[in-house]
Amino acid sequence: MSVIKTKINPRSEAFEANRAAMGELVADLRQRVARVRQGGSEKARERHLSRGKLLPRERIRVLLDPGSPFLEIGQLAALGLYEDQVPSAGVIAGIGRVCGRECMVVANDATVKGGTYYPMTVKKHLRAQEIARQNRLPCIYLVDSGGANLPTQDEVFPDRDHFGRIFYNQAVMSSEGIPQIAVVMGSCTAGGAYMPAMADESIIVREQGTIFLAGPPLVKAATGEVVSAEELGGADVHSRVSGVTDHYALNDAHALGLARRCVSHLNGRKRVELDLQPPRPPLYDPQELGGIIPRDSRKPFDVREIIARIVDASELDEFKALYGTTLVCGFARIHGYPVGIVANNGVLFSESALKGAHFVELCSQRGIPLVFLQNITGFMVGRKYESGGIAKDGAKMVTAVACARVPKLTVLIGGSFGAGNYGMCGRAYSPRFLWMWPNARISVMGGEQAAGVMAQVRRDTLERQGKTWSGVEEEAFKAPIREQYEHQGHPYYATARLWDDGVIDPAQTRMVLALGLSASLNAPVEDTRFGVFRM
Amino acid sequence: MFDKILIANRGEIACRISRTCRHLGIRTVAVYSEPDRQALHVQACDEAWPIGPAPARESYLNAERILEVARRSGAQAIHPGYGFLSENADFAQACADAGIVFIGPPPEAIRTMGSKSAAKAIMERAGVPLVPGDHGEEQSVAHLARVAQEIGYPVLIKASAGGGGKGMRRVDHPGDFSAALEAARRESAAAFGDDRVLIEKYLIQPRHVEVQVFADTHGHVVHLFERDCSVQRRHQKVIEEAPAPGLDAVQRRQLGETAVAAARAIGYVGAGTVEFIMDGRGAFYFMEMNTRLQVEHPVTEMITGLDLVAWQLQVACGEPLPRNQEGIGFTGHAFEARIYAEDPDRDFLPATGVIRHLRTPEASPHVRIDTGVGEGDEISVHYDPMIAKLVVWDQDRERALNRLRHALRAFIVVGTTTNVDFLARVAVHPDFRGARIDTGFIEAHRDALCPRPGTLGSAPVAAAALHELLRVEQDSRDQAQRSGDPFSPWHATHGWQLNGDGYRALHFMDPSRDRELQVEVHGRGEEYRLTWEGGTHRTRGELQGDGHLHLQLDGIHLDAWVLEDGPRLTVVLDTETHTLVRHDPLAAGMDDEVKDGTLVAPMPGMVVTVHVAPGDRVEEGDPLMVLEAMKMEYVIHAFAPGEVEAVYYGEGDQVAEGATLLALHTEEAQ
Repeated sequence: MSVIKTKINPRSEAFEANRAAMGELVADLRQRVARVRQGGSEKARERHLSRGKLLPRERIRVLLDPGSPFLEIGQLAALGLYEDQVPSAGVIAGIGRVCGRECMVVANDATVKGGTYYPMTVKKHLRAQEIARQNRLPCIYLVDSGGANLPTQDEVFPDRDHFGRIFYNQAVMSSEGIPQIAVVMGSCTAGGAYMPAMADESIIVREQGTIFLAGPPLVKAATGEVVSAEELGGADVHSRVSGVTDHYALNDAHALGLARRCVSHLNGRKRVELDLQPPRPPLYDPQELGGIIPRDSRKPFDVREIIARIVDASELDEFKALYGTTLVCGFARIHGYPVGIVANNGVLFSESALKGAHFVELCSQRGIPLVFLQNITGFMVGRKYESGGIAKDGAKMVTAVACARVPKLTVLIGGSFGAGNYGMCGRAYSPRFLWMWPNARISVMGGEQAAGVMAQVRRDTLERQGKTWSGVEEEAFKAPIREQYEHQGHPYYATARLWDDGVIDPAQTRMVLALGLSASLNAPVEDTRFGVFRM
Repeated sequence: MFDKILIANRGEIACRISRTCRHLGIRTVAVYSEPDRQALHVQACDEAWPIGPAPARESYLNAERILEVARRSGAQAIHPGYGFLSENADFAQACADAGIVFIGPPPEAIRTMGSKSAAKAIMERAGVPLVPGDHGEEQSVAHLARVAQEIGYPVLIKASAGGGGKGMRRVDHPGDFSAALEAARRESAAAFGDDRVLIEKYLIQPRHVEVQVFADTHGHVVHLFERDCSVQRRHQKVIEEAPAPGLDAVQRRQLGETAVAAARAIGYVGAGTVEFIMDGRGAFYFMEMNTRLQVEHPVTEMITGLDLVAWQLQVACGEPLPRNQEGIGFTGHAFEARIYAEDPDRDFLPATGVIRHLRTPEASPHVRIDTGVGEGDEISVHYDPMIAKLVVWDQDRERALNRLRHALRAFIVVGTTTNVDFLARVAVHPDFRGARIDTGFIEAHRDALCPRPGTLGSAPVAAAALHELLRVEQDSRDQAQRSGDPFSPWHATHGWQLNGDGYRALHFMDPSRDRELQVEVHGRGEEYRLTWEGGTHRTRGELQGDGHLHLQLDGIHLDAWVLEDGPRLTVVLDTETHTLVRHDPLAAGMDDEVKDGTLVAPMPGMVVTVHVAPGDRVEEGDPLMVLEAMKMEYVIHAFAPGEVEAVYYGEGDQVAEGATLLALHTEEAQ
C-alpha cells in the first residue's frame, strides 16, 4: 500500500502556533468533561453515597470488564442548558464491554436532579438506544430516576421522540433479538416503571430500588391508602410477589454482578466478516494533529496529513487520485479493519461529488465501512457550476451516502456548512456515529457568508426605498449575525443539543473510530440498494 | 539385620526412617490413610499399604490393621516413629505376640514411663532428682489442692498419662485451682482417655534440657549428650539445639549419668529421652522419659555424627550398641527449627491448606531438611501441622545460628500460614543469640517475636499489581484469539476513556494490616504507572510460568513469585513473603449473603463441648461451644446478647474452617 509522506515540519512556527491553539481547545474540553464527570453537587453525591449506593460512573466501572474501554456518548449533553445544572443531561451512556460483549450502558445519575428526564435526557437516552439498535448492542439500563421532569413535561412527554419512545424502543429491540436488561438501583416511578417491566431480564436492589406506577403520595391522594415506598414497590415485593423483577440483589455491587451474569447467558457471538489484519499504529504521531489544523479556519491544509495520523501504518491507497481532487477517497485500515476514507480537501465540485458517489458505491458493494472526514464549506457556487449540473452531481453523492448500508462514521474535523454536510454524511444521514473536533463549526453556512447574504438583502431593500446604508451601519448589522453563527455553530452548542455523539480530542480520533467501527460490526453488514441517481 | 520392616507412621519421620533403611539395605513397607495416597512417605518406601480413612483413630492408630499389613507384607519389625503408636504399650505387646519386632522399648518400660506418677516413683527410688510435688494416685480435688498449697504456688497440673502439653495448666493463685484442674482433666480425658493428674512445683524461668539415651538388650546403656528445648509455645517445642548452651563439663556429665541411671532403673531398651527441667542455678529435676525417637533427634545426630535410626534397628535385632560411652563424642553445635503450618499472630493456631509452593534452602553438610510434604500436599486437620524440620550445624553456636538465620530466609512456603518469619525473628533475637533462654522465652518476648506489621513496601504491592495486570492482559489476548474479532480495540484492558486519561483501579486487601489498598493504573504493557497512597511507581515486567515474575520497579530489577490461591496472592520477594487479597467488588457483592447472627469455626477442628441449646438466652461473651483443633481448645463466645436459634454441630463432630456452628438471634436484630 502507499504510505502517506508527511510534508509537515513540526519545528515550524506555524505548526507550533497551531498546536498551541488546539492545545487550549483540548484543555478546555478536558476540563469541561472532568467537571461533568463529577455529576451532581457534592452534597447530592454525599447523600447518594451515604445510602450505600455507588455513583453512576462507578457503577459502570464495576459493571464493565476490568479495564474495558468506555466509549461515552453525549458526554457534554445539556452543557449550558437548564442553567447548566444538568451535567451529561443527567444520564451517562456509552459502549463498554461486559463479559466480552460490547454493550450499550445507560445509567441515570440520581445526583443530578434526582435523575429526572429533561428534554435532552430523553434525547440522549433515545440516541443511545438508536446506536444500540443500529449496531445490535445489548442494552443495560442502570435505572435510578424520578421519571419525567415535570416542569418541562411538554418537551418530554407527548411527541414521538419523547419519553414513551424509550419503552417502544425496548419492545422493538427485544423483538429484534437485542437483549434488554434493566437494573433497578433507585426509583423507577410512573413511566419509569416500564424500564424494568419492558426489559427481558431485570434486577432490583434491596432497600434501594423501587418500582411503582404511582408513588406513596399519589396513592394516598387517590385512595387514601398509606404505604411506604418499600412496601409499595421494593425488591421484596417485586422479586417475591409481583414478579416484575427477576433477580434480587443485596446491594449495588451484587446487582451489577447479576447483570454481568445475565450478559454471560446471552449466547451471542460477534462475527466479523471483514478482511482483518493485525493493527499497526500510524507512522506519525497523532499528537501532531493539533499542529496541522490551521488556527485560522479559512486557511487550507492537506487532509492527507490528518489521514496519515489516523490510519494503520499511515497507508492510504487513493481512488481517482488525479480526478476531483478536492475530495480524497481511498482505502485504508483502522485498527486492522478495512475502511473507505472520504475526506474533504477543498470545496466540492461536480467531479469531486461524482468521485465520492462512485467510491461510496464501491465500498457498499464490498461491505467496507466508510469514514467521512468533514471539512466542507459547501458545493461550488456560480453560473458555470449551476449550469454544469452541480445540483444533480451533488444529489448523486447525497443519494449514495444516504442509501449506503455499510457502517458510516463521520468526524467533523473543520467546517460543516450547507449541503456539504449532507454529502459528507452529516447527522441527517444516520451515520452510526458522528463526532466533532473542538475546532469544528457547524451551520447552514459560515457566519461571514450568512452576514454577507443578509446584509446584501438588507442593502437591496434599503436601496429600493432610496435609503443609504453606511459601512459602519452595515458592520453593526453584520456583527450580531456573525456572533450568532459563531455561537450556534460552536461544537459545545452542537454537542449540548446532541447534534453529535461527542466532541473529541483529535489525538483520540483513531481509537474513537476504531471502537466505533468495531462496535458497529456487531450488526451484520447489509447489502445496499441505491435510489435513482439523476444522470 | 532385618530384611524388611514396616514404618507405622507418616510425614517426615516415615521418610527419614526409610532413608536409613535404604542405606542399610532394608526394604520398607509404608502404610497410608486415604488422603495420604500420594504422600511423600508412600513414595519413599518400597511398598505401601492402605490402612483406612483420614482420622488417625481409623488409620495410623489402627493397631490391628497395621499388624495385619506387617504380617501380610512379610515385615519382620515395625518402626513406630514418634506419636501415633510409638508409646502404646499394648501395641508393643501385640507386636511381640504376633512375633513381630517392635522397634522401641519393652512394653513394660513404656507402661511405666507412660504414667508420670509411676515413673516418678521409680526415679525417686533410683535417686534421680524430682521436682517437689505429688506423684501419688490420690485424685480428690481436696487432696490435690492441699498438695498445691504445700509445695507453694505457682504450681503445674499435668495429665498423668500424657505429654506434649495436653492437659497441662499453670496455676498462679489458689482461687484458680479448681477451674484449672477441671480443664486439665477434661483435656486429659479427651486426649488419653484418662483424667488422672499430678501436681508439681512450677519452676520460674526453667530450661527444658533433655538427654538422649540408648540401651541395648545386653545391658549396655549410654547417653548421646543433651539437647536444650526451652523455646516453646503452648508447651510445645519449636527450636531445639545441641549441646545445651552454658553447661560445663561437670554438669554435662552429671546430666548424662543421671539419664543413664534413669534408663537403667526401668530396664530400658532402645532410644529414649530423659527430660529434665533445669532452674536458673543449674539444678535439674527429672520430668519424664519419652520412650521413642524424638522429633528433635537430628540435632544429636548432627553433633555426634551418628544415625539414631540405624542404632534403633541394630538394637532391635539384638545387636549390642555400636559404641560404648567413651566412644561417643560431639563436635560443634546444631539447631533444629520446626516449620509449622500455624499462625503466630493468632496465638499459634494451627493452620491448614494446600502447599502451593515450597522452596527450601539447599541441603549440605551444614543444612539438613527433613520434610514429609511437597507441593500440592495438604496440611489437613487430621494430622500434625508440621511441614518440615530445618536442621543446621556449624563449629560453634554463633556460626550455627547464622546458618539457621540464612536457611530460614531461604525457606518459603505458600498455601498456608507458617511460622517461618516467627522462627527467623527468634533466631535474631538478642536473648536467643545470647542463650538467655527459658521455657517462657516466647511469652516474654512476644511483642518482639510477633510484631505488629510495619508499613508495606512498594515492591510487594507493585509485584501483585503487575501480576494482576499481566494476567488480565494475557486473558484478554486469549479471549481475543478465540473471538470472531481478534484485533478489536475492545480487547484493551487499560481503561480507555473519552477525553480523559484512562486508568483502571485494582483493589487489594492487606490482611496482616487489615487495610484496603487501591492502586490506580495508568499506561499499558510497555510501562505501567502505579499510584497508591500518594506515591507513583513505574513498573514493567514479564510473567513467566509458575507465577515467576521478573519485574522492573523504578528501574530496579527484581525477581518475585506471585502465587495465586483463589483471591489470595502470595508475593515472595527475596526474603519476605506478603499476602494480598484481590478485592473484586463484584465477588464481594455476591458474597454479601446475610451472615449476621451466625458464628463460624475459626479453624478446622472437632466440637468437644456444646454449652447451649436452641432457645437459651446468652449474654455477650458467654461461651457457646468449645472446639479442639490439633492440640488446643478454642472457645466460641457469643458476640452479643440474644437467643440461641440453632446449634448445627454436636460434640464429637468434625467441622471445617468457616463452618457455621450456631445461629444467634441478637437483640439488635429483634
